[in-house]
Amino acid sequence: MAKKDRLSGNEAVAVAMRQVNPDVMPAFPITPSTELPQYFSSYVANGQVDTEFIPVESEHSAMGACIGSEAAGARTITATSSAGFAFMWELLYVAASNRLPIVLALVNRALSGPININCDHSDGMGARDSGWIQLYAEDNQEAYDNYIQAFRIGEHEDVQLPVMVCQDGFITSHGVQNIELLEDKEVKKFVGQYKPERALLNPGTSFAVGPYSVSDHYFEAKRAQAEALKHSKKVIKDVAVEYKKLSGRGFTWFEEYKMKDAEYCMIIMGSAAGTGKDAVDALREKGVKAGLIKIRMFRPFPGKEIANAVSKCKVIACMDRTESYNLQSGPIGADVKTALYNEGAKVKVLNYVYGLGGRDVTVKSLSSVFKDMEKVQKNNKLGNPYRYLSVRG
Amino acid sequence: MAKMKKDNIALHTLDEKWEDMTPGCTITGNGTSKLFRTGDWRVAKPVFIADKCKQCLLCAPVCPDSSIPVKNGKRLDFDYEHCKGCGICAVNCPFGAIEMKEGE
Repeated sequence: MAKKDRLSGNEAVAVAMRQVNPDVMPAFPITPSTELPQYFSSYVANGQVDTEFIPVESEHSAMGACIGSEAAGARTITATSSAGFAFMWELLYVAASNRLPIVLALVNRALSGPININCDHSDGMGARDSGWIQLYAEDNQEAYDNYIQAFRIGEHEDVQLPVMVCQDGFITSHGVQNIELLEDKEVKKFVGQYKPERALLNPGTSFAVGPYSVSDHYFEAKRAQAEALKHSKKVIKDVAVEYKKLSGRGFTWFEEYKMKDAEYCMIIMGSAAGTGKDAVDALREKGVKAGLIKIRMFRPFPGKEIANAVSKCKVIACMDRTESYNLQSGPIGADVKTALYNEGAKVKVLNYVYGLGGRDVTVKSLSSVFKDMEKVQKNNKLGNPYRYLSVRG
Repeated sequence: MAKMKKDNIALHTLDEKWEDMTPGCTITGNGTSKLFRTGDWRVAKPVFIADKCKQCLLCAPVCPDSSIPVKNGKRLDFDYEHCKGCGICAVNCPFGAIEMKEGE
């Protein structure tokens, strides 16, 4: 029986952490994810979980401890944001290449500078090539749902990869929303026991993790890692279907909103997707065939499927809440355009950088993107393909 | 995933395909470092002069690669498959029974 509760995104994920009751959590606090280790350490102090909480001296150490603990065979979690996440950078690659299914709650925040504590996706996007699976949430409910599913995805024997569960800093993490929680026992049953086939703490067997590999095997190791990420696509889908049976909620790789006959489509990720849906609703009332695709699974990227979903659109707009400094596209824009090219789809594509450092994203600002798309179609001229939304100048 | 065909690193060869890699290159089994021939790294070679050796055994424990085999309380000749030629044994020998030869 599901329970309704009024929770912030951080509270919702903290409840999910308690329900999962992992073995180890090494963490170091940073805004806006500070509440996650804070709430969780009170669960530990109150005896509500039997997790070993390790208050490490930095995020670099946090990920180091996660790697050691997961390699030992313990289900391990951590949480971070922005600069703290950047400080884990080196070890993110080690976690993924050692095939350790750590679950990291990332509360997305801008990277300095100028120093800023508000939401954008520059932290998560910086790690898009690290080999982690990345799931993004629109709201508190999705952050909770994604978090519970992450364990089944990462720990699956065909995958064995770490998973990043992302939510937007402050907008989602501190915004309070009515959400539905599963019963503790339902969550425990869903995630099950973590029983890795091989682990360091396994008396009687000899096992080594993270060996040195020179040029004769490194490339093969990376290729094998890519195959595991490829397998994760099916696993993410299967787990989402199973979770939907349990909770009645969710979708697999991305959500299609009013896409059936859409001529103009916005591809977006995170909390701004909700604002985008409002803009779509308002435009539909005016007779504009607007639609929206919200990406849940950013890594691996569902390129082929998104290309097919937008193949009948006239113009699409890819929305990136980060700047790639390549002067031609953001990460979503680059991935979508690659997919369209690979599929031979001829769709006009605009790419916007928006919402940096917590810049407000409104129905009005996102509606202007649809107006731009209509203009491109009307004039049959793309104009500048790489634009900045709501920046003064 | 296809189950690892070759779980033991001892069976891995230089023509291994990516499909046969263990997840994360993990290694199972004992004593696998023996299979890594670090002797290839050597630029100077220690030469054992048996006539000068008093079998004091100061050399064997200082070897970082266990490349001085000891049998029945006596050291034998070097294990050149693993000796990296660091020369620590030669420095520690009080009797001049180990000479480093450059370029061998």
